[in-house]
Amino acid sequence: MFVNQFLFLAAVLFCIGVYGVIARKNAVLMLMSIELILNSVNINFLTFAMRNGSTDGHTFALYIIAVAAAEVGVGLGLVLLVYRNKKTISVDDLSEMRG
Amino acid sequence: MNLLAAETEILAPLASGWFLDNAWLIPVVPAIAFALIILIGKRLPMKGSELGVASMLASLVLSAGAAYQWIQRVNSATEEQFVEPVIKSWSWWRSGGFDFGIGQHIDGLSVVVLFVVAFISTLVQIYSLEYLRGDRRYTHFFAALTLFSGGMLAMVLADNMILFLLGWEIMGLCSFMLIGHWWEEDANSRAALKAFFTVRTGDVGLLVGISMLYFAANDWTQENLGLSGFSIRGISAWALSGEPNSTVIMVAAIALFIASIGKSGQFPLHTWLPDAMAGPTPVSSLLHSSTMVVAGVFLVARLYPVFFVGLDILGSGGNLIMFIGAITIVISAALAFVQNDIKRVLAYSTVSQLGYMMLGLGAGAWLPAVFHIFTHAFFKACLFLGAGSISHSASHHSFDMKSDMGGLRKVMPITFTTWIISTLALCGVFPFSGFFSKDEIIDNVGNNGYNTFMIIGLVGAFMTAAYMTRATYLTFFGEPRGASAGHSSHESHDAHASHGPHESGLLITAPLMILSVLALGSGLLNATPFGESWERMKLWVEPRAVEVVDSTYPGGPGESLFIDVPSAEDSHSKSVCGTATPEKGVCYAPQLEHAKFKWSKAMLSMVIVFLGMAMSWILSMLLFTKRDARLVGLTQRIKILGVGHNFLVNKYYLDDLYEKVIVRSVAYPISRAAYWFNQNILDGILHSISSLTRKLSGWVYQNIDKRVVDGTVNNSATFTKSVGTAAQPTQSGKVGQYGALLFSAAAVAALVLVIINT
Amino acid sequence: MIAQNVGFWIIAVLMVVSALRVVTTNNVVHAALWLVVVLAGAAGQYILLAAEFVAITQVLVYIGAVMVLFLFGTMLTRARIGAESDLNNSYKKLGIPVGLVMLVAMGLALTRSFGDEKLPEASKVVSTLEVSDQIFGPYLLPFWALSFVLLAAVVGAIVLARKD
Repeated sequence: MFVNQFLFLAAVLFCIGVYGVIARKNAVLMLMSIELILNSVNINFLTFAMRNGSTDGHTFALYIIAVAAAEVGVGLGLVLLVYRNKKTISVDDLSEMRG
Repeated sequence: MNLLAAETEILAPLASGWFLDNAWLIPVVPAIAFALIILIGKRLPMKGSELGVASMLASLVLSAGAAYQWIQRVNSATEEQFVEPVIKSWSWWRSGGFDFGIGQHIDGLSVVVLFVVAFISTLVQIYSLEYLRGDRRYTHFFAALTLFSGGMLAMVLADNMILFLLGWEIMGLCSFMLIGHWWEEDANSRAALKAFFTVRTGDVGLLVGISMLYFAANDWTQENLGLSGFSIRGISAWALSGEPNSTVIMVAAIALFIASIGKSGQFPLHTWLPDAMAGPTPVSSLLHSSTMVVAGVFLVARLYPVFFVGLDILGSGGNLIMFIGAITIVISAALAFVQNDIKRVLAYSTVSQLGYMMLGLGAGAWLPAVFHIFTHAFFKACLFLGAGSISHSASHHSFDMKSDMGGLRKVMPITFTTWIISTLALCGVFPFSGFFSKDEIIDNVGNNGYNTFMIIGLVGAFMTAAYMTRATYLTFFGEPRGASAGHSSHESHDAHASHGPHESGLLITAPLMILSVLALGSGLLNATPFGESWERMKLWVEPRAVEVVDSTYPGGPGESLFIDVPSAEDSHSKSVCGTATPEKGVCYAPQLEHAKFKWSKAMLSMVIVFLGMAMSWILSMLLFTKRDARLVGLTQRIKILGVGHNFLVNKYYLDDLYEKVIVRSVAYPISRAAYWFNQNILDGILHSISSLTRKLSGWVYQNIDKRVVDGTVNNSATFTKSVGTAAQPTQSGKVGQYGALLFSAAAVAALVLVIINT
Repeated sequence: MIAQNVGFWIIAVLMVVSALRVVTTNNVVHAALWLVVVLAGAAGQYILLAAEFVAITQVLVYIGAVMVLFLFGTMLTRARIGAESDLNNSYKKLGIPVGLVMLVAMGLALTRSFGDEKLPEASKVVSTLEVSDQIFGPYLLPFWALSFVLLAAVVGAIVLARKD
């Protein structure tokens, strides 16, 4: 197996995740896209861990999973709060900080 | 200098004194008084006239002192020694190689004229106190009179031609101001302008002459005497040194003489003098009889070496000065016969007497001419002041003899007596002063070989006696006419209207009396008939024609105390001055001849004068009083006499020639052409430049200013605004947008990084 | 080897398609389910990369907890069950170029740097023992920090979500 095939896979997932962040209006969907991105990073780490024959990449991947989980928790809590106040979770409507 | 030691003697220093050294104060005092009168005169109790009189008295005292000390100086010299003038000079302004200075040059001639000017000015100012009482411009009159005196005094003692010119021009200005004193009447202001312009025409000659002399003489005077080409002493020495080019010095002499013609009223520039009588009588008596008009004669006398060499005086035949002088004598005397205005008679008489002075100078009779300046001043001033006295007190300010005067000898005894004395002096009757001066001129003219001119002089004397008798008869004899008879046809509001003609007050008659005494006795100062010891004026005034070798000591040029003179064996022979180039030193004055007095010649002139008087008396009596039928209306009946009379009345049509022909044909076309040039060409250039500039500025405004400059400013603002407007949406507050932008930037950054690193 | 390649390619295609469906579907719940597929695929890839512990953890944590959270969040925020339109905003058109640019950039970088490099043959699977040795050894400090993060997240989530 080539190194590049895993890395390319990760790159594609990353770009799709970026597109999702840009294009989605729903806050939850945006968070999902961010999950995509994080997963692609994980694949990257593990590929390199295998390539280099070390376990540092595994450790980091685990940490990323943990952080992602925490982040989703907090993020959804925010979304909930926003929904309670504004009755909408469309990020287009959250424009009170306009300049 | 050492080469000459064997032949020369060193003589004792000449006496000097405070008055001689400080004679420069003489014009300074009136100048300061002038300024004070202008500034504070109106507020003084006597309206400024006290300052004028006081300053003139001060000048008189200083001049008298200077005269006295000059006499001492002459007496302290030996018989053949050249009496050095007292010269002081200060540098006034230096520029471009020219050094303009001011200073004094006091010698016999200066002292005489200074004294005359100061004396007559003082008397005239005292006279004016009464004559112009209540006048509309009393203060300014005295200011102008004082300034005039200051100017003439400055001119007289000037040591260089620039200061001379300054004084000359100040006199011209004051003449203008004073003639036009009552300028509200059109005739007076026209007369003032005529005087000014006519004299100005001559002044061109003065400028040309001074410049020519400077450029011709400067090198020589700097090298030999250390003086500039403007200094009178330097020019005199240069003229007699044989160095000048004969054409140059002749042209310079003619140019200077033209200035004299203008100022002294010689033919053909005499036309202004009679018109100048429009001024107040004190002005006429001071300026236009005794002092200002003499300035032209003074110029010739002062720079006599230039004229002597340039016009070849004492050479064969006549010269320009003599011709002009002779013509002037005759034509003005003729004109005096047809005047009804008493002041005009006196004006023409002045012109005629100035002609005598010029004739004398032209013929080499330097001293008689200068002496005539001296005596003429006194009796002519007295005559004018007498005329003023008559107008003031008898004829209601009228000067017309035929309509407002007559028989006044009974009512105005003092004026009458002084008039008669002065008239006799003017006619040259022994022992009055005119005899000693005028007859000396005629005598010397004949002695120097100009017999024709001598005859002309005698004819002039005849005519003088005749017209003066006519004027005297009309004024003082016969029946009173018009205002003299107490008929006041006009100005009944005059204060004197109630009394008839009477004698004038003391302020007027006192100067008359003083002047008449001098008219009587001043001739004795140079009484040639009585022998050489009586010739005081000649001793004191005439510059001696000796060669002078100056050794200058630290006192500066002109301050030499020790004068070396060629040894005594040459002393009684004729000096080379004026005839050949001096070898050893410099000459300051030419050698002149003096006629020996003979009683037979004097008797001849006296007879002529008496004849004139008698004929005129008889004719006047017949014509004016007895109204003899043969004489009355003679000029109307006999055509030729009528034509001649008209010719005289119209002043030989000279005024018409000048004004209507010369001025019209020269000035009008020139002025029209100049006007055309100005309007069309100069103004046209200006207009086109200005319209071009306007168009250009309009174009610049439209295109550059509005489009470029304003455009830049406006567009930068618009640009900023549009950038801001464009950038504003990034601050929309939309989270999605922020995220999108973030990632887009990240993408671009990634790309850049990748590209850079490959 | 061939089996791993084949396996890789199948899972890879599946993952990519699912990811695309995540970002394009109109249904929120469907998007969540597609995300589950992606995560499962990722777990499969981990196993292929001889990272068994991470794979298991991925399944447990991500699919088990995170996705449930997502679904809860969707429910709580009254997302419409069923298709709804208008889930994409106006920046959709910007997103495609951005994604493509990034892909190109990364692709370039990858091909340049790694080229034809092959992964070394995994002699054995990385054991949990080794991983834990790493965690409680060199990377202990991040582990503690991570625990704080989790604590903070929990507390924060509670605080945020309570009804007050």
